[in-house]
Amino acid sequence: MLGFAALYPTYGLIWKWNKRKENEMDMKADKKKLGLKEKYKLLTRDLGWEPTHHSIDTVFPYVKYEGIKVHDWGKWEDPFRLTMDAYWKYQAEKERKYYAIIDAHAQNNGHLHITDARYLSALKIFLQAISPGEYAAGKGFARLGREFPGVGTRVACQMQAIDEIRHAQTQIHAMSNYNKYYNGFHAFAEARDRMWYCSLPRSFFDDAMSAGPFEFMIAIGFSFEYVLTNLLFVPFMSGAAYNGDMSTVTFGFSAQSDEARHMTLGLECIKFMLEQDPDNLPIVQRWIDKWFWRGFRILGVVGTMMDYMLPKRVMSWREAFEIYGAGNGGALFNDLARYGIRLPLEWNDAVKALDHMTHQLNLGLYQWSFGTAFHTGIPSEEDMAWLTKKYPTTFDKYYRPRWEHIKKLKAAGKPFVNTGLAKLCQVCQIPTPYTEPDDPNTLCLRETEYKGEIYHFCSDGCQRIFNDEPEKYIQAALPMPQLFQAPLNGDIGVWMDWVGLRNGTDNGDYDGSEDQRNFAAWRATATSNQ
Amino acid sequence: MQIDLRTVAIEPRRQTFDHLARRFGDKPASRYQEGSYDIQAEENLHYRPTWDPDQEIYDKSITRIVMADWHALKDPRQYYYNTWTVARARQQETTEANFSFVESRGLADSLSEALKATTLKVLAPLRHAAWGANMNNSFICGYGYAAIFTQAAMFQAMDNLGIAQYLSRLGLLLGDTAALEAGKADWLHGAAWQPLRHYVEDTFMVRDPFELFVAQNAALDGLLYPLIYGRIVDDHLSPQGASAVAMLTQFMSDWSVESQKWVDAVLKTAAAESEHNRALLREWAARWSERAASALLPVVGLALGDQASAAVAEEMAAFKARLGKTGIQI
Repeated sequence: MLGFAALYPTYGLIWKWNKRKENEMDMKADKKKLGLKEKYKLLTRDLGWEPTHHSIDTVFPYVKYEGIKVHDWGKWEDPFRLTMDAYWKYQAEKERKYYAIIDAHAQNNGHLHITDARYLSALKIFLQAISPGEYAAGKGFARLGREFPGVGTRVACQMQAIDEIRHAQTQIHAMSNYNKYYNGFHAFAEARDRMWYCSLPRSFFDDAMSAGPFEFMIAIGFSFEYVLTNLLFVPFMSGAAYNGDMSTVTFGFSAQSDEARHMTLGLECIKFMLEQDPDNLPIVQRWIDKWFWRGFRILGVVGTMMDYMLPKRVMSWREAFEIYGAGNGGALFNDLARYGIRLPLEWNDAVKALDHMTHQLNLGLYQWSFGTAFHTGIPSEEDMAWLTKKYPTTFDKYYRPRWEHIKKLKAAGKPFVNTGLAKLCQVCQIPTPYTEPDDPNTLCLRETEYKGEIYHFCSDGCQRIFNDEPEKYIQAALPMPQLFQAPLNGDIGVWMDWVGLRNGTDNGDYDGSEDQRNFAAWRATATSNQ
Repeated sequence: MQIDLRTVAIEPRRQTFDHLARRFGDKPASRYQEGSYDIQAEENLHYRPTWDPDQEIYDKSITRIVMADWHALKDPRQYYYNTWTVARARQQETTEANFSFVESRGLADSLSEALKATTLKVLAPLRHAAWGANMNNSFICGYGYAAIFTQAAMFQAMDNLGIAQYLSRLGLLLGDTAALEAGKADWLHGAAWQPLRHYVEDTFMVRDPFELFVAQNAALDGLLYPLIYGRIVDDHLSPQGASAVAMLTQFMSDWSVESQKWVDAVLKTAAAESEHNRALLREWAARWSERAASALLPVVGLALGDQASAAVAEEMAAFKARLGKTGIQI
């Protein structure tokens, strides 16, 4: 597993490189001996100065309106000390290795070595929903790289900005070869802007991008990178490793040390805010509450991938949350308790959802799969036995019977398709598939009236987020209402063209799909003499 | 003689992603194309920024430059993350070798005190100017439109930081921390540096990313690099025995020539788009380069004395000629 501790050896390399250079510098006996920290200071924050021709407030206009008080940017502790020469050297080594491997993967039909082509649904979702978010994060960090008055803070943000560009590009490059042979990858750019389920991550990243610089740091730097990265990154990349996807797992290994830097930046930033002024605590806590819940909603998709889409599974979503969420996250919040930070408000709702969330979401994806640019499917007997084992208190009781019913419908030639349009949550944009935290037989629905309109939510968490900032969330671009407006006017065929979805090849059940047929046929040519 | 290994051949179902096929046809796309075109969100932006509700999250109208397709602003170097990092890593190796060469042979110590003093007087404060450039290019990336343009701005920002750090190392090598302290004091208070610092601080107030691109990357750096690294380091200091300084600043000289290719391509494409753009670019380029030239004059004077005016005038003429080739006559 790519646990957090495992990310550290790479730091050793950077440290050694800096150390070596430091020694070289020190060989001249008449030079004043500079410590690594002192030298890094000269190479970064000493570059800045206080402008005199314009007030600091006009040079950095966005840094006060959120209410965060900073008295001394000099107190910022650089989370990592990486100068550009070391960055180039170290990153270029990783890049060379990475592209050598994905070139070899493409050249040798590496796609035939995956466990099964149904695994690719996870990658399709990743490319449509997550890679564009990497790019957005890069853009956001470039803004922070300009807008924070602290020099050390800006440098750290700028490094994350180019790293995120790297991640978006390497992911696209890793998946480019799959796109040549399999359906569902080809229209990821349209999907990012127009596909209904992509509005879930899009609204998440747009929410962060439209927030002020400090909230962006909490949203992306802290909640996403620090609290949730292990839950997103580790399952995805381990899933790739377990399923023979050499190109994606290589991306994972190559990005590990970048992610480690991003995590330390997120943690440093939150500590900095909390140490600067006690008035910052309630603001930071509100953001942690908000972004934990928004992030948790995104992770529902990751959990569903772990439980339902991987032919060879790494661990269940529940187990992953226990280790990385409750374990690491719990320890983190214990650590932050000395600043007065408590667990996010909806932490308990998240824990209660563990045994239900992925099953409910996957049932939703299955019935709406005519409208997804990835395949879903009915779990096999073996899959269901695994789910029973991993979810002993809920799977057989609530979810197996539904799959058995769906299986019967399919066998009778009437597969279950829901062409009705779901009610979307105004905040997280999920089509409200989840049940009440304490009652798995009742759908969880909330509503708020604001300025004469009724707004719907999937949970207390999303309703609370709306109520805190209604003027923001009433602007949400909701895909379902859009379908009924011009130019789509409720026409599903027109909608499919508009989102780049090819009916009959990109969507529907994996069983009987072109991907399934092609994969079987190609593998036969590669492994036999037929 | 050529030997071809046989591999299992599988006919691809398509050559590239739909958005690239629409632009270039269904043929294999380069990694530059895959990594640069249409990867920024364009439609259904969910919320207006709370930091400025008059803007969209990604907003073409933050700048007065108008492009039918911002993806026209491609980078002739075809830099995406990989090619940029690998290129810089190679240059970094050369720079590292140059620094060790100078250090191991004690070349810094063999510089005359006068030469060393001039070098530090001119180069040490410039690390702050490079830091200003870094801030500005981070802005251009953050608020400019379309990845193909903004990623190059981010690479430029990191190059600016690298240069600021190389200048700092040069200062430490030639004059220890005292050199950096003196350089900073000059930047903040030295008479020769105040017009330049004023220029840089004024660019911090420019929130039109394309105007900032002109003010920073075209006007200021278009004059600063040829004057400092060409006129002063190569033409003036090196012949007096300071070729060690030229070695330590080789990165800056090479980088300036290379990055100008990008700057010129962007200007040329934007100017060719419309008369509106051309007029705007002319106005910006004229105003900022005029000011950059006068801000640089006292700095150049630190090394060239009364030759400075002629040097600045010649470089200004060269800059005008360079800009003329992009279709912008000033």
